Amino acid sequence: MARIEVPMPQMGESIAEGTVSRWLKKKGEKVQRDEPILEISTDKVDAEIPSPEEGVLVEVLVEEGETVEVGTIVAYLDPDAEAGAGAGEGEAEGEQPAADTAEAPGQEASPELEPAAPEAATEEAPQATPQAELREPAEEEEKEEAPAAPEGPETAEERLKTRSTPVVRRIAEEHGVDLSRVEGTGHAGRVTKQDILAYIEGRGEEGEEEPAAGTTAPEVAAEAEAPETPSAKAPSAPSAPSDLWTRFYNEVQHPEFPVRSADDVETMDKIRRLTAEHMVLAKRVAPHVHSFIEVDFTRIDGIRGANKARWAEQGAKISFTAFVVWACSRLLREFPQVNGTVSGNNLIYRGNVNVGVAVDLDPGLIVPVIRDADDLSLVGIGRRIMDLAERARSRQLNPDEIQGATFSITNPGVLGTFVGMPIIPKGTSAILGTGAIEKRVVVVEDPETGTDSMAIRKRCMFSLGYDHRIVDGADAARFLARLKELLETFPEDA
Amino acid sequence: MPEDEGPPVQVRRLGSVPYRQGLTLQEARVRERREGKIPDQLLLLEHPHVITLGSSAQEDHLLLTPQELIARGVELCQAGRGGDVTYHGPGQLVGYPILALRTHEKDLHRYLRDLEEVLIRALAAFHVQAGREEGFTGVWVPEGKLAAIGVRVSSGWITSHGFALNVDPDLSRFSAIVPCGIQERPVTSLSRVLDRQVSQEEVIPRVVQAFGEVFRRTMVVV
Repeated sequence: MARIEVPMPQMGESIAEGTVSRWLKKKGEKVQRDEPILEISTDKVDAEIPSPEEGVLVEVLVEEGETVEVGTIVAYLDPDAEAGAGAGEGEAEGEQPAADTAEAPGQEASPELEPAAPEAATEEAPQATPQAELREPAEEEEKEEAPAAPEGPETAEERLKTRSTPVVRRIAEEHGVDLSRVEGTGHAGRVTKQDILAYIEGRGEEGEEEPAAGTTAPEVAAEAEAPETPSAKAPSAPSAPSDLWTRFYNEVQHPEFPVRSADDVETMDKIRRLTAEHMVLAKRVAPHVHSFIEVDFTRIDGIRGANKARWAEQGAKISFTAFVVWACSRLLREFPQVNGTVSGNNLIYRGNVNVGVAVDLDPGLIVPVIRDADDLSLVGIGRRIMDLAERARSRQLNPDEIQGATFSITNPGVLGTFVGMPIIPKGTSAILGTGAIEKRVVVVEDPETGTDSMAIRKRCMFSLGYDHRIVDGADAARFLARLKELLETFPEDA
Repeated sequence: MPEDEGPPVQVRRLGSVPYRQGLTLQEARVRERREGKIPDQLLLLEHPHVITLGSSAQEDHLLLTPQELIARGVELCQAGRGGDVTYHGPGQLVGYPILALRTHEKDLHRYLRDLEEVLIRALAAFHVQAGREEGFTGVWVPEGKLAAIGVRVSSGWITSHGFALNVDPDLSRFSAIVPCGIQERPVTSLSRVLDRQVSQEEVIPRVVQAFGEVFRRTMVVV
């Protein structure tokens, strides 16, 4: 019978795909020509799609929520059928795109996937080899290998195009993302805008993906913003077999537990989910060791008290954390391994000193970054911290203000805790935890006479969490000792 | 330019309209426009506090629960437009163009870009250099997002929904959402950018004029 195809229409020159948001007609229902038959959405637009002809909707190929390329047949109309026809037919016929995409790439493209839109009409003749190169090694099976996605011998660039919209490619390019590494949830494994944004967000500042070929790794990680064209990277995409360890170090699953009757269950929001994943991966990848040192803050407390008014005139409030950031940023150049990271088989020593400072959002936490902290004076650092913390709380930080930390500081002590054992953020090698500053009785020795006596001093416990692959225990001890020394003899003119 | 001029657009100022009522109103206007009972219109209004969910809204872009929102006097509505989560409230200029797009205008992205252009030009009158951000529909200044855009095109290429320009809203209200699903991108307002209180009265004539220029229509303020 002569069935009429209903293709995903071309709703604009640069629109390559659309998501079926709602079927306005059900299978078996009669539709008039130009009567709205379904609703689609593409990024910022919802649109009703009118029926191309009068007929009965006999088959629906694309379910609500699915995203398909322009030209994909989404339904069939039968102009001769009576209303109600086809309503009883099962949906599991081999004509569904879902079934097709699962087929071996060598097979002929199914007729119903013949693109109707002229610009898509050149895409045919699927071949296994060129596509296979594009695949994420760990990715599952042929699901990605849609025959509807393209083609014969052509460049990686062209192949990538068929898997993503211009918007997605632009975003990928801007963020230096190799699209072949992004798992697509769109039609035929196509990477949608949501996918790429989620990927970038999940990736954070570092090129956390496993290094492509060893040689490119340092650049990738060193400057995540450095534009990296997909075409340049795709051919060297790793062909390493997916193995248990690769997955262990790259994928996070949270095991489920039974819910009891009195319990509340809440879905993790995005910040929580990303934090959870980051914490699991960070802890899995880096062998953590923590070392502790007690620092005397009596002198700094005095400096703070003496200068408070003067700083206030300059519009700055200098927290204890500012002193710690100042001291760490002066020392990190002396301890490049503490300001570095392990990347594949390489060690990266960062050229900048960017100190991340954890800010409690209650709930949630964000780590704004003080870039080039070693160039800033104490007052400069104090101001930066105030500004970043304030904007973190009002959620007005720019993405680049939470990226690129080379070292981090967290201050569990602000809430009175003695000290904590913080987790080292991915892509860095160390984090400093500072405890509560409290008056404690300590034994002090008179420098002149050598007599011991008890004194009341302001003291604070520091813990340094470090990645034992790159930082040895002695390095950490030296770093902490220098830090203690610098803070206890804090220069008046910092 | 004159030969390309489209039919005139009626500009209707509706004042403050609750969001749901605005939805019903738009549906009626779209139907009437399709049936040729009304000319093209640009509806200008303001909404009381409301958070709306577009068709691609993700729940986790809502940072408060519906109960918490109600407690703050904020309504939560499904919007029937494209896009993610957004906030509307007093101090925001909302524009709903009900247009029957002409043949050469029948391109969803072009329509979005045109709406952006309207606002960019209107803002230029205040010496604010606003622009676009690739991949993020809306109108942006370095300080953040000045206007959100989300539209619907109904059968017959009739538009509804449109833009929301932050003239002088209470920006803290945006903290309940991740606007448009764009994490960590601040939202700002014309008042904040100019560092003075800007009124709707100042902005509306500029928007209307720019709308006429960009869509090549004569604007008739009713």
